[in-house]
Amino acid sequence: MNPEASEEAATQVRVTVNGREHRAITDVRTTLADFLRHKLGLTGTHLGCEHGVCGACTILLDGAAVRSCLMLAVQADGASIETVEGLAEGGQLSPLQAAFHRNHALQCGFCTAGFLMSITAALREGPVETDEHAREVLSGNICRCTGYAAMIKAVLETSMQLHGTRAAS
Amino acid sequence: MSRPGEREAATRAPAAAAPKQNMIGAAIERREDYRLLTGQGEFLDDLDMPDALEAAFLRSDLGHARILGIDTSAALELPGVVAVFTGDDIRPMMKPMPAKVAHPALQEMPRLPMALDEVHYVGEPVAVIIATSRYIAEDALELIEIDYEDLPAISSTAAALAPGAPLAHLGARDNIAVHVVQRAGDPDAALAAAPHVLSGTFAITRSGGHSIECRAVAARYDTVTRQLVVWDSTQAPHYARNALASLYDMQEDDIRLIAPRDVGGGFGPKAQFYGEEAVIGWVAMQLRRPVKWIEDRRENFISAMMERTQTHRIKVAFDDDGTLIAMKDVFEHDQGAYVAGLQVPMITLSTVPGQYKIPHIHTELYSCYTNMVPTSSVRGAGRPQAVAAMERMMDRIAEYLGLDPAEVRRRNLIQPDEFPYKVGIMFRDGSPLTYDSGNYPELLAGTLERLDYDGWRRRQGELRAEGRLIGIGIACYVEGCGLGPYEGAKARLTNRGEVLVTLAAAPQGQGYETVYAQIASDALGLDMDYIRVTTGDTGRIPFGQGTFASRITATAGPAVLQACQALRARIFATAAIMLKVEADNFVFRGERVCLAEDESISVTLREVTQVANVGKHGITLLRGVTAGLETQAYFAPERAAYASGAHAAVVEVDPETGRVTVLKYVIGHDCGTVINPLLADGQVLGGFAAGIGNALYEEQFYDEAAQPQTTSYLDFSLPSSMEVPPVELFHIQSPSPLNPLGAKGAGEGGTIPAPAAIANATEDALRSFGARINEMPVTPPRVAAAIAGRAPAAR
Repeated sequence: MNPEASEEAATQVRVTVNGREHRAITDVRTTLADFLRHKLGLTGTHLGCEHGVCGACTILLDGAAVRSCLMLAVQADGASIETVEGLAEGGQLSPLQAAFHRNHALQCGFCTAGFLMSITAALREGPVETDEHAREVLSGNICRCTGYAAMIKAVLETSMQLHGTRAAS
Repeated sequence: MSRPGEREAATRAPAAAAPKQNMIGAAIERREDYRLLTGQGEFLDDLDMPDALEAAFLRSDLGHARILGIDTSAALELPGVVAVFTGDDIRPMMKPMPAKVAHPALQEMPRLPMALDEVHYVGEPVAVIIATSRYIAEDALELIEIDYEDLPAISSTAAALAPGAPLAHLGARDNIAVHVVQRAGDPDAALAAAPHVLSGTFAITRSGGHSIECRAVAARYDTVTRQLVVWDSTQAPHYARNALASLYDMQEDDIRLIAPRDVGGGFGPKAQFYGEEAVIGWVAMQLRRPVKWIEDRRENFISAMMERTQTHRIKVAFDDDGTLIAMKDVFEHDQGAYVAGLQVPMITLSTVPGQYKIPHIHTELYSCYTNMVPTSSVRGAGRPQAVAAMERMMDRIAEYLGLDPAEVRRRNLIQPDEFPYKVGIMFRDGSPLTYDSGNYPELLAGTLERLDYDGWRRRQGELRAEGRLIGIGIACYVEGCGLGPYEGAKARLTNRGEVLVTLAAAPQGQGYETVYAQIASDALGLDMDYIRVTTGDTGRIPFGQGTFASRITATAGPAVLQACQALRARIFATAAIMLKVEADNFVFRGERVCLAEDESISVTLREVTQVANVGKHGITLLRGVTAGLETQAYFAPERAAYASGAHAAVVEVDPETGRVTVLKYVIGHDCGTVINPLLADGQVLGGFAAGIGNALYEEQFYDEAAQPQTTSYLDFSLPSSMEVPPVELFHIQSPSPLNPLGAKGAGEGGTIPAPAAIANATEDALRSFGARINEMPVTPPRVAAAIAGRAPAAR
């Protein structure tokens, strides 16, 4: 690679994260994940593979669950972002976070933020009422500690709490 | 997961915990969770080190080559690059990193922090770039020119042992790292005289730990205190500190090694010591600037240690009713490019006999150097391979004699009244292999009952008539755990009137802050709210070993118990003097230390700490009070404790695609006293997911030039929620007599027998084809080949 290539072009990025607006200067090649973690200090979003498979870096971008390792910060300019830091309100765990705690659905906790964001997006779309559906919701993220059983339970319990249950289930 | 009766059993407190808080055995939710759920975890790369430089390693892209020259000049000119170090640049600390578990016969080839003249696997560190950002450091990697002379590479144990094979290390005698034989009785004579002898060849391939957080190291040299502080995402902070002290020739106190409070999974590879750890600390001292290295996933695939590849050639001798007479297992172990430790094959050597009474035993290891990533422990650590060899043969015996495989096992199980049971060979901890306690028949019976074994055997025939291929597989195992030499803990009454429990051991998701507060609570008789636990910092407690081999509950647990029992006595003795009472009968009520017979007579913990710890400058201490309410205990078990279990699986095989689907899975688990059933279940179920990966999916491929073919999650399958089937888990509790908690280990039992159980079930489903499943993982191509009769023997 040509040495000149590392003389980095910088640009300003403006994003709203968890309801708060941030403006920061960043190199154009900085990923959104690195921008959130190291520019904004929101280190709850983690990087597990940096190639879009493990899902640890999942955030919500204008409501959609996306891999923040596969996007550049500049691509998020003007977007509204939600990260794990925004889930609890006033120190109170969200129903999903509380269900994770109750069911021991996390061990090392490194992948947890990504799972929480993926599930949050899914539960906004509607209820999750079967094991199979819960497995599908979780299938875009990888956890090496838990074996998923407790997470499946946490998803179903949270769905019940947020959406109520249907006669069919 | 478990039934009401078992939960009840789990809440029984052990005899040794004096005052009953009944926290041992309670399903307490974790203290760690809040910060992890809210994005406030403290993983290494989350730590605020704004002035840290970042490192990137240049790694060998050849399996075996001689380094003829390295040109770093262009990289050094890149703006943002602060320094470049090659192996030659760090010669003062370029000493071999010795094998953590060795053997007198080991042919040890030097493992250096970075390569000097010869590289031995793709991924071996050759140089390090230090720059103002990782982005720039990676740019600079491409500017380093290395002149290599390519050499023949060894990419399998078969290639390593072939006559006239090229050498994996140019200076080696041959490719055998070590050859070890263990024997009990007279196996050769027994095999020759036995009425029936069967043999089989089984192979299992490499996978990795795949913690979702890769490895990470940061270091800062404090020029004022002249102390090097290293943050290391490690399972073994004291082991890493000792290794650094030895390489740098420094006093141990001049290095403070901290495993961050949160480490994103370990599973074995982070219990080893790596060249990168040595380089980062050294570079931080040379530059007098903080340096951080965060491993990326590709690096993890090609440089974090892996495990599993073994080929077993096993013979079993038995009589007409299936009673075992002798077993002889000769196996090849892929040690990789260096011996970081022989623990894995040494564990395999002693794990093959398992739960069975075998009068004559011969196990024999050929550990081979290959030109692939060095291997060491990955969850299971040599046991899944051993269990696979033995348990596959138990099924073959049943098939040969026309007996039910469960019945063949029953006839050979060690009985509950036979403990302590001496197997006749040695364990890797240096002691005669002796099982301390257990109830193998109950585990097997409970597992089969929950599986509805008899029902499935009936349905198997009915479904076969409908063209569906259903198979049932069983695998039993023992796990030597809770290994020595020791683990330590301190307990101190702090200035805030709390008890601070300091563990040497560091967690990677096991919930130490919760579990050890439970144990401390029972030992002290003090509410958990007044107890805090801190872990993994060599600056807080001088000695420790590390979290590996499912050892911490059975070693650090008793250390915490003993340190807290001693602190309780010290606090009460101080209170008695402060209250001017003779009595030694006190109780805790909240933060008050009360006289048992009259609770209105009391002092607070803060008052106690004021007297005994804080003191008053120049004023004489109360007569009889011993200053400094801090206790410590190092618990050294006499030998390993033996956890055990039985797994049973029902699978369906699709003969068109070769796909294996798990229909039902049951785990019977005995890890002695369960401290926290919620967390113990989590350990077993998580281990099971790894076992399913080993059984069906995970396979790190290398081509014949030892080039890794699986270097991302796009070409390597890690089980997701779609692949891990539901599992029914139950515990029985056979307390270990080897420690006062009765604890054994729970970290690996979910993993160990899974490949054997799944392979047995798959072969059972294919029995009408006479198909043989000899290689694991049991992937669709292997199943399809077995059905087509093209899979005679493992490599």
